Amino acid sequence: MSLLIASAPALPLGTSGKYVAAAYIVFVVLILAYVAIMAIRAQRLEQELNELRRDVDAARAAGDAAADREREAVL
Amino acid sequence: MQKIFYIHVPLAIVSLCGFIFGGLLAIGYLRTGDRAWDMRSYVAIHMALIFGVGGLITGSIWAKASWGHWWVWNEPTLVSYLIVLLLFATYQPLRFSIEDPERQSRYASVFAIVAGAFVPLNYLAVSLATAYVHPRVLTLTSANLPPAMALVFVVSLAGIALLYVTLWKFEMASKNARSQVRRLRRSLLGDDAVRPVGRSAAPS
Repeated sequence: MSLLIASAPALPLGTSGKYVAAAYIVFVVLILAYVAIMAIRAQRLEQELNELRRDVDAARAAGDAAADREREAVL
Repeated sequence: MQKIFYIHVPLAIVSLCGFIFGGLLAIGYLRTGDRAWDMRSYVAIHMALIFGVGGLITGSIWAKASWGHWWVWNEPTLVSYLIVLLLFATYQPLRFSIEDPERQSRYASVFAIVAGAFVPLNYLAVSLATAYVHPRVLTLTSANLPPAMALVFVVSLAGIALLYVTLWKFEMASKNARSQVRRLRRSLLGDDAVRPVGRSAAPS
């Protein structure tokens, strides 16, 4: 802690300094936790998009194969 | 210690404005029946709750440094803020308790409007109260701040308000993207390709 205070001279060092630091740390932690949760959600969304792309590609390939078989049957 | 003021007060003000904002957006849902308004209202209240918790914790830290107590129960400002926060804390359980999405949106909108209207009334009631320990920095008619502090305070307030708007838009974009992916999946691959959302407090 003393190392942190020595490296950050702008920190308030009075008797209530620890309370000021605590209040700002609470704020930063809240924002960081929110951003982390949103990052996890964004990752999940990316996975869903990848899954959708794979499913669409597979459906398109199956459609093409069916059309080829139909064409061969006509010939 | 006064430095806590620049974070605690803007968080509290923005959270209260966020609750009112959520109520106003809920009016949009009841008027149009468009569920996008319900989503906006839900995200506004959700964000305001997070900011409110921040305001409550930083306020408690300020109280400990200033008065020597984490909480003072006979102080109208603190208790009324806690009541508002607890009131809105019931918003998500209310949504979760209703399974039908239409009914969920309707009931939640009515709740958001009534609870949102309670916020300014509550502020007024506290302003009219006579005995409080909590400093009266901002009154209904003026701000009791020296000019240098007022400037820092206004900048802090603007910063926190912008943070609220940014996070609200961020979450809205995320929720809209998710629902569009589901819609796209349904239209391309059929209803069976979409996993059911299940019971949720969030609008789907």
